[in-house]
Amino acid sequence: MLMTPEVWEVVWLSLKVTTTAILLGSLIGIPLGACLGLYSFPGKRLVIVLIYTCMGLPPVLVGVIVYLLLSRYGPLGSLGLLFTPEAMMLAQVVLVTPILAGLSLSAVQAKERAYWETAKSLGASPLQLVFTIVKEARKGIWAGVAAAYGRAISEVGAVMLVGGNIEHHTRVMTTAIILETRMGNFTAGLQMGLVLLLISFLFNSFLVIGVLNQLKTGRR
Amino acid sequence: MKRLYVSFFAAVLSLLLAACSQEPSAATQSSQQPPAGNQQQATAAEPRQPAAPESKPSESSAKEIVLATTTSTQDSGLLDVMLPAFEQKSGIKVKVVAVGTGQAIKLGEDGNADVLLVHSRKAEDEFVSKGFGTDAYDVMYNQFYIVGPADDPAGAKTAKTAAEAFALIAEKKAPFISRGDDSGTDKKEKSIWKEAKLTPEGDWYLSSGQGMGATLQMADEKNAYTLTDEATYLSRKLNLQVVMQGDQSLLNPYGIIKVKSTSKPDEAMQFIQFFTGEEGQKIIGEFGKDKYGKGLFVPSAKKR
Repeated sequence: MLMTPEVWEVVWLSLKVTTTAILLGSLIGIPLGACLGLYSFPGKRLVIVLIYTCMGLPPVLVGVIVYLLLSRYGPLGSLGLLFTPEAMMLAQVVLVTPILAGLSLSAVQAKERAYWETAKSLGASPLQLVFTIVKEARKGIWAGVAAAYGRAISEVGAVMLVGGNIEHHTRVMTTAIILETRMGNFTAGLQMGLVLLLISFLFNSFLVIGVLNQLKTGRR
Repeated sequence: MKRLYVSFFAAVLSLLLAACSQEPSAATQSSQQPPAGNQQQATAAEPRQPAAPESKPSESSAKEIVLATTTSTQDSGLLDVMLPAFEQKSGIKVKVVAVGTGQAIKLGEDGNADVLLVHSRKAEDEFVSKGFGTDAYDVMYNQFYIVGPADDPAGAKTAKTAAEAFALIAEKKAPFISRGDDSGTDKKEKSIWKEAKLTPEGDWYLSSGQGMGATLQMADEKNAYTLTDEATYLSRKLNLQVVMQGDQSLLNPYGIIKVKSTSKPDEAMQFIQFFTGEEGQKIIGEFGKDKYGKGLFVPSAKKR
């Protein structure tokens, strides 16, 4: 496989879709997880069980649901979003948000006791409380982000269904691997897989180094 | 901190670049490799002659062969009828790998399948002439349709030939979805574009890289035209209309080929003889009549 513009295009779209999905998912998932870790309310256990269940959502199922939502004959069909990168982002947001929420929840719960009372006694508002606890639990949350990123970028079922693997529009690394394999180009598929692995490796090293660095600055 | 991030990104880039500069040579090497390896296997298996089809169905109950075929034969349901009949008759189990013609042929080249049932005459002939396959037969044919939205924005219904219809679609830049997966259908589509002396390019021409079912679904969603085999089209309930059929270049012959390097030449031959024999041909001819009012495949068994 040459690193042709087509290949770059595919790699770039993968990164774009997954990064956007992670950013959006973090905006929802991390505060959600933090709130769940901090506050108790009736039905909290059920919500937590649901989140943990959704952490293992089969991507294909998410794909089918998003497909039916966005289909021309579906409830959101008028948006014309099916077979666009936005549709893939949407599916991945659905996939990663529970992971981000669930892992943030665990991370926050681990830190909760130490900081909750202090922050509260210093007169922090609920928003400041959430912000503080997220900051303190960042190591665990980073791990959640890394896990979610790995899952989203290597996922194929949902993006194939809602993206459609259209050349120059919605073809990402995983769907390109499937296509190459189906065409009998096992070598090209394997090479694309290695690029995918490399990106995952770099992303994770990046996170680990970021976390270690923060720890080294002495702020725990 | 920032510097660290930047240097990391630089490292990513350089690693990627290093990876790609080496790849071309690796790719060419590996593409030349399989023939040599398989040829050896093939010559080793050659002396064994295929046996007659009636040979001992009773004691071969544990035997299995792998059939590499195109998605169309499986999606249409033909195999669901043919295979039980064959298994009952011969006691040989058939494992089906339904993929694009390109991958099916590759599976044969690598010796991962015993029989191929595919539809891309050029690729099939190449497969046989390169020494990967033997005992190639015509089995049946079906038709391709050009399908599109009911209102036919390109006016393709007025065309007299498939190439003409394609030319109209290209002229109007009406959305067209190509399989783009090197499958038999995809190759057929490319050959029609060639016939029309056009190179389809632009926003209107999308390459889905997926199977026929998914591609039809996409054409339906996007109000686009596409080229489809009859069987898959008829087995889906969609709002697409046939805009062109019956043209000579829309006929779609299927071939069945024994993989030369197979370790089960007898069973593979039995399978081929079942498909090209009287009983199999009858099943093929009648398949789909009850459901669609007409047979999906026309039997046409002939040794090549």
